[in-house]
Amino acid sequence: MKPEGAPSDARGASQPGPPNARDVRRATQEGVVAGATRTLLDDSGIRRSLMRIAHEIVERVEDPARLYLVAIPNGGIPLARQLALNLRQIADLVVPVGVLDTTLYRDDLMTTSARPALRRTEMPSAVDDHVVILVDDVVKTGRTIRAAMDALMDFGRPKAVQVVGLVDRGHRELPIKIDYVGKNVPTHSDDEVRLQPPLHGQPEELEVVVVARARGEAGAAGEGSA
Amino acid sequence: MTVSRILIRGGRILDPQSGRDERADLLIEDGRVAALGQGLPVEGAQLLDAAGRWVVPGFVDMHSHLREPGQEYKEDIGSGGRAAVAGGFTAVACMANTHPVNDDPAMTDYILDRARHDSPARVYPVAAATKGLKGEVMTEMAALVQAGAVAFSDDGKTIMDSGVMRRVLEYSTLVGVPVITHAEDRTLVGDGVLNEGPVATRLGLPGNPAIAEVVHVARDLALAEFTSAHLHVAHVSTAQAVELIRRARERGVNATAEVAPHHLVLTDEAAQGYDTNAKVAPPLRSVADRDACRAGLADGTLDAIATDHAPHAQHEKELDFTEAPPGMIGFETAAAVTLELVRAGLLSPLEWVRRLSTNPARILARPGGSLAQGALADVTLVDPERVWRYDPAKGFSKSRNSPWAGAELTGRVVATLVGGRLVFDVERGVLV
Amino acid sequence: MIGRDLLGIEDLERDDIVRILDTAEHMVEIGERAVKKVPTLRGRTIVNLFFESSTRTRASFEIAGKRLSADVVNFSPSSSSLKKAESILDTARTLDAMDPDAVVVRHAVAGVPKRIADVLAAPVINAGDGAHEHPTQALLDCFTVRREKGRLDGLTVAIVGDILHSRVARSDIYAFSKLGAEVRVAAPPTMIPHGIETLGVKAYTSLREALDGADVVMALRIQTERLTGAYFPSVREYSATFGIDRAKLRFAKDDAIVMHPGPVNRGVELSHDLADHRPSVILDQVRNGVALRMAVLYLFAGRPGAVRRVRTLPDAPLGM
Repeated sequence: MKPEGAPSDARGASQPGPPNARDVRRATQEGVVAGATRTLLDDSGIRRSLMRIAHEIVERVEDPARLYLVAIPNGGIPLARQLALNLRQIADLVVPVGVLDTTLYRDDLMTTSARPALRRTEMPSAVDDHVVILVDDVVKTGRTIRAAMDALMDFGRPKAVQVVGLVDRGHRELPIKIDYVGKNVPTHSDDEVRLQPPLHGQPEELEVVVVARARGEAGAAGEGSA
Repeated sequence: MTVSRILIRGGRILDPQSGRDERADLLIEDGRVAALGQGLPVEGAQLLDAAGRWVVPGFVDMHSHLREPGQEYKEDIGSGGRAAVAGGFTAVACMANTHPVNDDPAMTDYILDRARHDSPARVYPVAAATKGLKGEVMTEMAALVQAGAVAFSDDGKTIMDSGVMRRVLEYSTLVGVPVITHAEDRTLVGDGVLNEGPVATRLGLPGNPAIAEVVHVARDLALAEFTSAHLHVAHVSTAQAVELIRRARERGVNATAEVAPHHLVLTDEAAQGYDTNAKVAPPLRSVADRDACRAGLADGTLDAIATDHAPHAQHEKELDFTEAPPGMIGFETAAAVTLELVRAGLLSPLEWVRRLSTNPARILARPGGSLAQGALADVTLVDPERVWRYDPAKGFSKSRNSPWAGAELTGRVVATLVGGRLVFDVERGVLV
Repeated sequence: MIGRDLLGIEDLERDDIVRILDTAEHMVEIGERAVKKVPTLRGRTIVNLFFESSTRTRASFEIAGKRLSADVVNFSPSSSSLKKAESILDTARTLDAMDPDAVVVRHAVAGVPKRIADVLAAPVINAGDGAHEHPTQALLDCFTVRREKGRLDGLTVAIVGDILHSRVARSDIYAFSKLGAEVRVAAPPTMIPHGIETLGVKAYTSLREALDGADVVMALRIQTERLTGAYFPSVREYSATFGIDRAKLRFAKDDAIVMHPGPVNRGVELSHDLADHRPSVILDQVRNGVALRMAVLYLFAGRPGAVRRVRTLPDAPLGM
């Protein structure tokens, strides 16, 4: 899998780098206690999950000929591509892969003065009557998926919409469910979870890491929402 | 209550007429200078302590706009007179572009009457050179001089017709008073609102080229030479005009000239940000023009400093740059702003006073500009070191259009006497 | 970080310009959808305050705002009422009280958008002020060139026409220069402003020399009504010496493109043929204009924050 641009979580995280050195640097810059960077899912784990998900999709979707994968940039893109390859491999399906940027549909744009950078949107064909599967790397509050559904509705009328989330880290704020999960990982709300190229690895590899934040300083210590 | 004896003690006397520049006391009696010397007796006199101050003949402003009659919302003769004495001006000449125009002896009478009642400063009306300032038919110069006019000018407008200008200059020799020219060829000015140059180009504003002034200064000097009239060039702003005047004088032409404080100190850069307080006619010019005006003032080519005090209401100056009327108030900032030339070594204090007082009085043939015994006791006290922040809202003019609003200035008039009467004191304000 | 207002290209850094162009790139795609709308500025109010009439620019801003789901309101105060009763600042203060999220201002006199920005809390976008600047036009011009040529660095751009009275020329000069292009201006001597070289351009009175090796030829509109007889003798002579046609275009590079901010005086600045066909990209400019203005509204409208400067009017007493 090729990593595409910066890895993403629901809010678009920063560039990857040597985890431990950076944690130390960040600790000094931001006063965060040097939390461990834990790998949640390594490259082979991601591959296994995506293969399993591909099988699940084929099992559950009634009419797999209508499938249409839509990646949410940036993290969803390599995952959707791999999923498309998997579907081709296991069921000989040629599934269109689109990219749908959700930035303009976000519900928090007007609350900050910095405007986030826009990303590419490319929908190769119409979504009408297709079973659209949104693909995202990390799902937390569910707001990105909601924004993606709004965006999708402006493109047409899908027959059905389902969601692939490689990592479900909990802390939902909207009633959004993930149909196909790679891994369920309980995290603290302040933690950062992202998809990124590993420190030591092949150029095309990816991993999911969690970076712990300082705890117990201000406000609720040790209690995140479930 | 008038005080008949005043002793101004311990100041630095600067009297250009006699060339005196020394520490001495000045005794005033019955509105005139009675004595000047060391250790004069104080008995029976009100004491005015002038330690650390310059004691100079009251400033005379050859060029101002008092807006009465017709535009009293901007200024009137009373408020203008008060602002004048607050700036050290014991006499001001006011231009004729009022509503109605001062082109008639009755109007001149009216202005003098208002001045007598309302203004602590002396007011000398400049009458229009042509009826209604239309530049066509000359005014009744003899009658106007008899009514009290000290000079003629279409300032505010320009006499575009050279034939008319020739006859105005010729006829003026009958009454022997100067014709003051606002030299700007309107066909070259076009719709220009700022000096034509890189600043106007960057700001996207139509330009008013320097040659608009040069062409008319050249014309008017040639006509003055031809008619042997006394021509006075108002508000010189360009290097070339200074040079033309210099050479004409060398040839013996009876020409005098004035320059405004803003043309000595500011350039067209002051219009950055589209501040309409920097919009003035003629416009603020380039650095080279400003420096040539300074040199011209220093070598005597430009005889006088005149403020061209031009009050405008706030709502008028809030219009866009092309609509806003040009002009800035200037009575209360002239001293501080022009003292910069003294500080820069271009003028000695004595020469500075000569250009603010003695020369303008001489050009207008009025008493003033002198502390000789028997002279009118029009005296101004200046503290050249005093630092103060200029707030036009606290000034005495009705208007506030000044580019120096909020600026820190060095040098201030601290007291003004007209005819031996203290009319302004910096602590107490205008006293009449 | 881009400032509060978009008053001119002169105040922008190269990075700011690139950021706006990159954002516009993404907005193009929205114009290609069936449903040309995103909810980004839903519930926000954008006011078009056009003191000078303009159908094209105003329509472009209106479409841009509506594609972002904003409520667009058009104010066209009659210029006569302004001179007599209400000053421009009064109009601005009245508007401010209605809390717009962005105000787009066009005026025949330079400096008005800046003076309005000084009293308004909302962001101000300059849609053209006198002969000063027209930033969104220049940005869409750069955007068009970038899409055509892939880059601006090292290109040669020739701007031909009434430079003296043109705000588009000034904004284009700043924008193209900051993005690394070499900019030339060509006009009859009466229409080259004093001191234009201080903006970093070379001025030519020979069209041929100006076009030599140019990658982009930008023709500006001549105001024939106002200028004929005063700045140049006749339309016929202007078009013979400075009008662009295929013959004159041969002095430029073979793959040169021709641009014009519109509307075109056919047969004057551009030949009839060039006005409608390649290599002129005038319609692309218009299309790109909407995407570019969407990007500008996205980046500038509705940015919260403290009032930019303390108001000089006294506050109304509480309880009024």
